[in-house]
Amino acid sequence: MAKGTATARPSGGAGDAAKRLFVKLGILPFLLVIAVVVFTLMSDNFLTPRNLMNVLRQSVYLMIVSLGQMMALLTGGFDLSVGTIVALSSVVGAMAMAAVFAAAPDAVWLAIAVGCLAGIAAGVAIGVVNGIGVAFFNVSPFMMSLGMASVGFGIALYLTGGVPVYGMPQAFGDIFGFGMLFGVPAPVYVAALLVVALYAFLYRTPQGRYFYAVGGNLKAAALSGINATGTLFFTYVFCAFFAAVAGMLLTARLDTGEANIGASMPLESIAACVIAGVSLRGGVGRLENVVLGALFIGLVQNGMNLARIESYLQTVVLGALLILAVIADQIRLRYVASLKD
Amino acid sequence: MSTSQAAVQGGGAPSSPSPLLQTIAVTKDYPGVKALDGVHFDLRAGEVHVLFGENGAGKSTLISILAGASQPSAGRILIDGEPVTLASVHDARAYGISAVFQEFSLIPQMTVEENLFLGAEPTRGGFTDRARIRRESLKILGELGFALKPEQRVDHLTRAEQQMVEIAKAFRSDLSVLILDEPTASLTNHETDRLFELIGQLTGRGVGIVYITHRMAEIQRIGDRITVLRDGRYIDTVDAKTASEDDLVRLMTGRVVGGIFPPIDLAAPGDTVLEVRDLTTPDEAVVQASMHVRAGEIVGMAGLVGSGKSELMQACFGAGPIASGKVMLRGRDITGQGPRRNIREGFLYLPADRRSEGLMMMRSVRENVALASLGIPPFSNGLVLDRAGETQRVTALAERLNLSPPRIERAVDHFSGGNQQKVMLARSLTRNYDLIVFDEPTVGVDVGTRASIYEFIVGLARSGVGIVLISSDLPEILHLTTRAYVFYRGGVQAELRAGELTEENVLAHFFEREAA
Repeated sequence: MAKGTATARPSGGAGDAAKRLFVKLGILPFLLVIAVVVFTLMSDNFLTPRNLMNVLRQSVYLMIVSLGQMMALLTGGFDLSVGTIVALSSVVGAMAMAAVFAAAPDAVWLAIAVGCLAGIAAGVAIGVVNGIGVAFFNVSPFMMSLGMASVGFGIALYLTGGVPVYGMPQAFGDIFGFGMLFGVPAPVYVAALLVVALYAFLYRTPQGRYFYAVGGNLKAAALSGINATGTLFFTYVFCAFFAAVAGMLLTARLDTGEANIGASMPLESIAACVIAGVSLRGGVGRLENVVLGALFIGLVQNGMNLARIESYLQTVVLGALLILAVIADQIRLRYVASLKD
Repeated sequence: MSTSQAAVQGGGAPSSPSPLLQTIAVTKDYPGVKALDGVHFDLRAGEVHVLFGENGAGKSTLISILAGASQPSAGRILIDGEPVTLASVHDARAYGISAVFQEFSLIPQMTVEENLFLGAEPTRGGFTDRARIRRESLKILGELGFALKPEQRVDHLTRAEQQMVEIAKAFRSDLSVLILDEPTASLTNHETDRLFELIGQLTGRGVGIVYITHRMAEIQRIGDRITVLRDGRYIDTVDAKTASEDDLVRLMTGRVVGGIFPPIDLAAPGDTVLEVRDLTTPDEAVVQASMHVRAGEIVGMAGLVGSGKSELMQACFGAGPIASGKVMLRGRDITGQGPRRNIREGFLYLPADRRSEGLMMMRSVRENVALASLGIPPFSNGLVLDRAGETQRVTALAERLNLSPPRIERAVDHFSGGNQQKVMLARSLTRNYDLIVFDEPTVGVDVGTRASIYEFIVGLARSGVGIVLISSDLPEILHLTTRAYVFYRGGVQAELRAGELTEENVLAHFFEREAA
């Protein structure tokens, strides 16, 4: 009886509170709760510390790529070449590392350092081209990154002939792929470091604010004395950097350089950002939410694995989630206009 | 349309014929806001009925209901005394109601004629009848006297020309009610005259015009009656010929207001801040223009839209290219220097179109105000942002400018036009500027806010800042500047000193002088 009156009156009540929460936080908290409840019911092994650590480790790669993707989305573009960047950095990094290691088998750390630098440099090179095209030649980010995705993938395949690259030092995989410190996997530390650094940059420096400004209104930013072209350029360089780091970490995990990894990264990273409330129109989105968004996608994939849902169907679920998130974002915009604050 | 059975409905005055269009106690609720609260409005055939009120008073909501773009939450709409439901813009058009909104409903990539007939393309045998579209477009444009070619693409037109297309669109079908939302905001004087002539012809034919404007001169020139709205409520309907400006401001704001222009009590101007010599832009929007600004004076830039007054200042600021000429800031050559360095050196330009060039609509007031000064205290120490210092400074500025509501974390998009303008103006107080250019600072701003913007500008000048005021609103040039340049076709046509600033003098230079 009391329940009936609570929902009938528009002011106050649970419905209104949920609406305010939805406007403030977006759809992600709701999806997270639903996912945890559903998967806990479906599998006893889901809500265990061991499995949750697994989820964290598996999500790390997507999370790092999503950090970069978020910057591209913030400035009103996106980067479809993140998958290719992951693959190219993996291939180039593995080849460089294997070559140095073969030439000087004792200098393990030198091989790892040279390999990582080479891999990241190869990935960033793609980003530099993307940045030049978008910032200086006004190519739409869609065409630019789609084109570069093809270019990068072609180079990666050409370099390897489609065969995995072996011959990296054992220590690389042992430390950066499977290493643990205080019970936490090594890649998680790398991701944490990147998240903290990017957070400080975006929210504590003027230049970080400029990424939001350029996405919020390019002309206004330029008239306010912001180097809009440079900001756009570095967006894609940073985005590529993050994807390349993810590529090297994946290489360590797989112990081989692969041209065929990362194909699902563009979709998944955009999904992670959009589910986290990053606007496709640019200028809106929070880093901490993107981290949660990537975790959420990892959580769903892990839960579906435990529930023995076929991998082909998992792809369907992921696509559906992305569309759901975009629809939710539209509904949210409508609510925002009515609530205002 | 049948008028014979109109008398049955109650509500109207019994003796006179039913008004063309009438609303009875129309209310519109948005979640959390009552945009309209029991508004009565009636439009007679052949009259120009002005809707007047501050931004957010409900004018836009009312016309969007009349145009069928949104539906009232309560109340009735009568056409010729008969209740109707206007479920869509299409419905409204079927009753002969057409609206020209401030935000254009044109497809930029399409041609003028394609836009004119969009959604109502004449067909022959299932295919669009292109010959007929061309014929009728030419006829409509010819009747209206608009110098537009039907095959021109809309995105190649100026804003004023786009407005003409928008108006022409209303004429493609039979018209009984025409709604115009600030139609002259981007028109030149000549185009405005043409529009008013047209309105005269239409009212002569018995068309009723609903007209929204903030400009007093227009109300007196073409208005018949004025309905004033405030906070979504109906305040009064008065005769346009007898209502004085002060009456209207009082009705609109609910308080007594003197003249909206503050007294210009400035000290003698100081050193020259900006000097421009023979500046020409590559597209020849500006040709061989020279001017100067001194500290503590307000220099007006008058002229038609596209006369080069705005383009000149943009080029000086580094927002547009320069082909030849020289720009000096405090005696230093800054020709071709970008906005970034100019802002650092104390030269700010505030653009005319706040939505597209001035503000990040989805970001907060705080971020918008701080944008141009993030590199300096109190906003940061150069490397790291100081959020507390930023919040404190922006809060103080919001208070000083009377931002309403004073919520600096709210997105700019959710403020009224006048308050959005205040947010942009607040940027000029985040640094010590020597020279500030205001490009059309009061376009689409209500009278109350306008007065405070004028006060703000004079205050800046009083503190020794050199001000350039680019304006298409003649009274602003006459009452707010100490000296003015009149532009014509990219060049400075005349420089008028304080004593020479009269309407006749300025207008005389708007058009080409037949040189002896």
